[in-house]
Amino acid sequence: MKKTILIFLLLSMTFVSVSSAENWTGADQKAEEAIKRISPDYEPWFTPIWEPPSGEIESLLFSLQSAIGAFVVGYIVGRNRASRDAQDD
Amino acid sequence: MHIMEGFLPPAWAGLWFLISLPAIAYGAVKSKKLVENNPRNRALLAVAGGFIFVLSSLKIPSPVTGSTSHPTGTGIATILFGPAVTAFLSSIVLLYQTLLLAHGGLTTLGANTASMGFIGPLAGWGVYRILKDRLSLKATVFIVAVVADWFTYVITSVQIALAFPGESFVKSALTFMGIFALTQIPVAVVEGIFAALLMGYIANLWEDRVSQEVTA
Repeated sequence: MKKTILIFLLLSMTFVSVSSAENWTGADQKAEEAIKRISPDYEPWFTPIWEPPSGEIESLLFSLQSAIGAFVVGYIVGRNRASRDAQDD
Repeated sequence: MHIMEGFLPPAWAGLWFLISLPAIAYGAVKSKKLVENNPRNRALLAVAGGFIFVLSSLKIPSPVTGSTSHPTGTGIATILFGPAVTAFLSSIVLLYQTLLLAHGGLTTLGANTASMGFIGPLAGWGVYRILKDRLSLKATVFIVAVVADWFTYVITSVQIALAFPGESFVKSALTFMGIFALTQIPVAVVEGIFAALLMGYIANLWEDRVSQEVTA
């Protein structure tokens, strides 16, 4: 696990440092801008029913998503590991 | 690959629902059967779904374009359960992101599930069928995860270009691939490494299930 986290941090750092970033905006957002360039007249016909009120709230909810996923993976992998260890004894 | 809410004209949005809804429905039925046949599948399904939750919440910087993008996390589910179940699991994640994060949208949920949950994984699954007895498990998982992730973004580019061809479809598709598919290359590699590491754990713990090449 430690190794995994290290690899992730290392790769992220390398990625950030080797590139001359254009502000690190999301690709989704760039695509939205490109759509507006190609079809300037297009009006989105539906808007999100709810949007996070600020970038902070958005990152909170993103973290919550990671937390839910990581909890499930960790709980199940851990439980199976423990029950296997118990059988070995 | 999140096409924003309202950013596909109704006809295209509907068409992609026609493609993804049957996959989601079949995947849901198949998931239910898997759990009924062997209660231990519940744990594997949850791990595969949890992995999608974690990976698709990350926004990884890509040095190629100086922007960030989401991995998809669908490689594990694809290998363990096939593309339909992956579509079902992905639709849950995409719904969460639509409702709580305003990432993607209800009108584009069909298109986003089609790319991330079904067509991308379908490509990964095809590669898996070719590689599975030829390479080690970890190498196979790495390649399948990279393919499923990257192909998802190729499909997203095509989906947008079909709806917004501008002067020509090809030109438009290249524009969007320049944004999505290019950004995604290093992100897909990072995802592949994670998927291979997690599959290492899984194979260790569920030897019986993984060695029977699970259910896909």
